Amino acid sequence: MTGSLLSVEDLRVQFKVGPHLYRAVDGINFSVERGRTLGVVGESGCGKSVTSLAIMRLVPQPPGLYAGGRIMFDGSDLLSTPDRQMRKLRGGRIGMIFQEPMTSLNPVYTCGEQIVESLRIHSNLSAQKARARAIELLDLVRLPSPSKRVDDYPHQLSGGQRQRVMIALALANDPDLLIADEPTTALDVTIQAQILDLMRDLQERTGTAILLITHDLGVVAETCDDVVVMYAGGVVEQARTADLFADPQHPYTIGLMAAVPRIDVEADRLATIEGSVPAPWTQLPGCRFASRCPLADEKCRSEPPPLHEISKAHAVACWKAPIEKVLK
Amino acid sequence: MTDLATPVLDVRNLTKHFPIRRGVLRRVVGNVEAVTDVSFKVAPGETLAVVGESGCGKSTTGRALLRLIEPTSGQVMLDGADVTNLSRNALRQARRRMQIIFQDPYGSLNPRMTVREALSEPLLLHGVATPANLDAKVAEVLRLCGLSKFHAERYPHEFSGGQRQRVGIARALATRPRLIVCDEPVSALDVSVQAQIVNLLQDIQRELGIAYVFISHDLAVVRHIANRVAVMYLGRIVEEAAAKDLFASPRHPYTRSLIAAAPRPDPNVKRERIAVEGDAPSAMAPPSGCSFHPRCPIAVERCKVERPVLRQAGTSTVACHLAESQDAHMTGAVDKHHLNQTLIRRLEMLQAARQKSRDTA
Repeated sequence: MTGSLLSVEDLRVQFKVGPHLYRAVDGINFSVERGRTLGVVGESGCGKSVTSLAIMRLVPQPPGLYAGGRIMFDGSDLLSTPDRQMRKLRGGRIGMIFQEPMTSLNPVYTCGEQIVESLRIHSNLSAQKARARAIELLDLVRLPSPSKRVDDYPHQLSGGQRQRVMIALALANDPDLLIADEPTTALDVTIQAQILDLMRDLQERTGTAILLITHDLGVVAETCDDVVVMYAGGVVEQARTADLFADPQHPYTIGLMAAVPRIDVEADRLATIEGSVPAPWTQLPGCRFASRCPLADEKCRSEPPPLHEISKAHAVACWKAPIEKVLK
Repeated sequence: MTDLATPVLDVRNLTKHFPIRRGVLRRVVGNVEAVTDVSFKVAPGETLAVVGESGCGKSTTGRALLRLIEPTSGQVMLDGADVTNLSRNALRQARRRMQIIFQDPYGSLNPRMTVREALSEPLLLHGVATPANLDAKVAEVLRLCGLSKFHAERYPHEFSGGQRQRVGIARALATRPRLIVCDEPVSALDVSVQAQIVNLLQDIQRELGIAYVFISHDLAVVRHIANRVAVMYLGRIVEEAAAKDLFASPRHPYTRSLIAAAPRPDPNVKRERIAVEGDAPSAMAPPSGCSFHPRCPIAVERCKVERPVLRQAGTSTVACHLAESQDAHMTGAVDKHHLNQTLIRRLEMLQAARQKSRDTA
């Protein structure tokens, strides 16, 4: 486990809602290496956002419950870190960006004040120096005329500019890990392209590791070094990005990739994945994808497949993997 | 297929400006120019996509077509008859032939009505069904949308997002319209479900010959469903062309940057970087000349003072002074044969396996 900045080991997060127990995250494993970008991709309800909240220890309890596993960050388990210390990590060594910057920025403080606050909590900069650093950060994220914008309130900025401020805020204390949960989902495509370019450039400069949560395989292909595919609370496939796209193994991954309409390919009928995701409170004995999988047999329905490596750094949770043996 | 001589919908110079009122006397101090001078035609059975980013006026256009928002000026002709000056009663009649599907069907379905009740109302109101054959008609509409009879007794909250959109489509189909305005119908759905709904819309069109005005911000979806595409920027159409031509050789710099900005789900394809700086300007104070000039990578002096009019250039109708000046060919287009063959082969085999298990069942 040397080199891994963050490693999530058999993490389980559950929610007790009325009579139901939702297994939102049900025993997942993955790790983020220093200086690399790991994408976690999946559809709504697959547990990707709960995973990111769990790493930051922001799952509300109750109804949430950490039901098992470890989250090792640079050698120590975040799940047993005291709250006080956790507060220091958040915004310090772990930066966060959320989907909707308007709701994550405080509307009654200027952008500058919010960055200065974060800087001064985590270091002993003077007010003056912190303000200068805030302007520097806004310049770094390419906000136009940063020395003027530093005194703007969030509502005075556009969606893309707000997300730039969020990124500046997340990077304020040179984090080792940046967690970005759907950072471009609320933005228009031309603005999304700007923000993705910015994140890539900043990573090259700062060497921050990024955990990118997204539903968009296009965003994964463009920005991630490694990918984890999640389905119904579990990891179904994990690989280097290039390997996942060149050699998708899990039937869900294959279905997902084929269902994405492409702007660069002449139109044809879109492939679909039949059926829908099982209700999150159902306890399935076998593979979570079995009810929708064309290859499922008795074993798939009765025994959960473990995530196992089929080639270097490429792991699949499927009894049929490697799939080329089944599909002759 | 695209018979524009007898269009089902003919929109002429549609304009919607929202007044901005200030002060105690609520005096009009300005206008939000949401939609200005928009004209297009839709042939029977064809899909015209209206694309653009947030605030470009595409949804306002869609709503103004049905007079859910009263247009400031301009005409909307449905099957040759002007909808814009119809009385309330006549408008209700016209809406039988023109329906709308929203992004979030939950907002457009009454939570206290079962699907049967929601569908019965338009069916009876517009005389499409009689109380005697109502059940059969409801079942027929549900079948068209890939739902079963037993779904009729359920309430909207009992459906998943994709199924709810099917109910939204069923509601729009109930009156057998000639045209459906689809306002971001798949934007809130997951990809696998989105594909199901896109396919459903195409099947329905093939079966019933309904025309769509498909409003979307997602160019990849548009490429799959549209026959023609109109690109809007700050309330105006800046380019219109057949979908095939628009994606192969976009003429307007804004169209080019939109296409270039869409992420490609393939690590081997590198996105062509066309720098579009900054954000879209406010519709309250649109820039002089061409409204795209502050962000345009090729703008010249003329673009700042003179608004370009829509005109024919190559395969597009385009509003740009410099439409002819650049090579229109879009690099980065992928031939189907260069697609990931492994993925295609595996998908085909999965589909074959599904077919086989269905045959034995």
